Amino acid sequence: MESRSGHLSWLPHLILVLGLALVGFPIYVTFVGSTMTTPEILSGHMSLIPGGHFVENYLAALTQGMPQLSGVPVARLMLNSLIMALSIALGKMLISFLSAYAIVFFRFPGRMVCFWMIFLTLMLPVEVRIVPTFQVTANLGLIDTYGGLAIPLIASATATLLFRQFFLTIPDELIEAARLDGAGPLRFLWDVLLPLSRTNLAALFVILFVYGWNQYLWPLLVTNTASMTTLVVGIKSMLTVDANTPWHLVMAMAILAMAPPAAVVLLMQRWFVKGLVDAEK
Amino acid sequence: MATVTLSAVTKSYAGNAVIHGIDCVIEDGEFVVIVGPSGCGKSTLLRMVAGLEAITGGTIAIGDRVVNQVEPKDRDIAMVFQNYALYPHMTVFQNMAYGLKIRGLSRDAIRARVDKAAEILQLGALLERTPRQLSGGQRQRVAMGRAIVREPQVFLFDEPLSNLDAKLRVQMRVEIKRLQQRLGTTSIYVTHDQTEAMTLADRLIVLNGGIAEQIGRPIELYERPASLFVAGFIGSPAMNFLDGAAGDDGRVVLAGGTVLAATAPAGSGVTVGIRPEHLVPAAESEAAAHLHVDMVELLGADTIVYGTLGEGGPALLLRLAGIAQIAAGTRLPLGFPPEQLHLFDRATGKRL
Repeated sequence: MESRSGHLSWLPHLILVLGLALVGFPIYVTFVGSTMTTPEILSGHMSLIPGGHFVENYLAALTQGMPQLSGVPVARLMLNSLIMALSIALGKMLISFLSAYAIVFFRFPGRMVCFWMIFLTLMLPVEVRIVPTFQVTANLGLIDTYGGLAIPLIASATATLLFRQFFLTIPDELIEAARLDGAGPLRFLWDVLLPLSRTNLAALFVILFVYGWNQYLWPLLVTNTASMTTLVVGIKSMLTVDANTPWHLVMAMAILAMAPPAAVVLLMQRWFVKGLVDAEK
Repeated sequence: MATVTLSAVTKSYAGNAVIHGIDCVIEDGEFVVIVGPSGCGKSTLLRMVAGLEAITGGTIAIGDRVVNQVEPKDRDIAMVFQNYALYPHMTVFQNMAYGLKIRGLSRDAIRARVDKAAEILQLGALLERTPRQLSGGQRQRVAMGRAIVREPQVFLFDEPLSNLDAKLRVQMRVEIKRLQQRLGTTSIYVTHDQTEAMTLADRLIVLNGGIAEQIGRPIELYERPASLFVAGFIGSPAMNFLDGAAGDDGRVVLAGGTVLAATAPAGSGVTVGIRPEHLVPAAESEAAAHLHVDMVELLGADTIVYGTLGEGGPALLLRLAGIAQIAAGTRLPLGFPPEQLHLFDRATGKRL
């Protein structure tokens, strides 16, 4: 990193601090709200200093059945979100790793057709194909199941392309050396390709976990019972049109919804940046 | 150890032939170098022996076994690649051990073999490092170690020294030669560098456009090149070529009118070759021709004189041992020792 001494060194800091304040303030307000009671929040002059109901509010949110959610506690929704996000992230990684492996390292009829078909799905956003996808999911009896939540979102052209680009950078001689060493296709995959891809895998996991966790439209469609819905959808259900919205709990749920993706990003930050930045060669 | 027998080996890609029938028997323990310009098919030929390229026609046998349909891993060979092809995420030890591990050797046997190879190659202190922590020469040694531990019947080298700097290349060349002599393993080595080829080879295969121009001991190729191509490729600086023709009496006369003490079939067009180190300055009275000197390179050990044969004639190089004080512009009387002349048919390029 280039270190910059002199009269302008405060400027980047100032910009960063301003940006941080801009992004961070609403989150801070949400957090403060989650430590108060609803009347305090709605009083019109809400304090910016955290209130005294932190433990109480979060315990209530996590364990109490919510009337707005047909009596399901938030802990259950978090579990649903977690299962969905993990399934999507891991499923996408598995599928795209294997399909990129097939496309790059094997010569088979229709290889390029397969590649272009995968590539074409990039052109179609989820929303465009959501009705037929719903139809298929419903016919398969996957409504209100984890399978229904995760499987339709697993196919991923982006991740396949990412792996394909990475695999193409692996020199042919390395593959040939492995062949001479007697490593078959599966051994090569396991012993060489997978270890070489680990930073890519980590970066992808972070991106895909956040993507899966933040899904809204699809879980809304594919779940009918409150106990199968996800946290992100649950927050929306809490907002009732009358004045009975328990804002302190909504705020707590918002913070709870932010925590796991934030934790994943923070914990895997080092790998994440490495995977995006360096080619490790 | 084994012989390697190539019989009428051909290779074509989608109907385009790149190797046109190579026949060669590589003896047990022999070090054979395949040399040629880029694109001549030398790497393709090596890769066919390795099993990385399919064989279009003919057969390749290692020992008594025809290996056309045998998987690379079952051919009992080891290959050293130009860019080393080490596994970047494995340590030196793991790199060398990987092939043995797959073959199911016991942990102790692997340890013993790797340690032995590491000792030969002086890699003992580096076993726990990863390839990125090694210099180019060290990586090259690891790549050779990976070949040695397999104790194969044949070593294959694909331009292994091309990525090294000049000094290291000379050093590694000597090491490879020593190693091969010590292990006595049949080796096939591909290079485009004729110095490497001359110094390493027991026998050379000069490949040009997918055809073996000549197969023989390096000195044979130097002394009796079978074709114009071999004559020009082997030896540095390259051989001088002069146009000539055989008169009615068969005496060869150069384009400039110089009559040489050599004969060829009467009336044929001849290319006369003579190496720069075989041209000799002569006394004025005995001079067959004169070199018009236009540049002189003093290298200390020898002197390279650039010039033309006669005023405005064909370019000619002369190499003299030691330091010769010759000024540009000098007219240098030359002699053509008859025993050092190489005559080639101008139409076919074959030796006469």
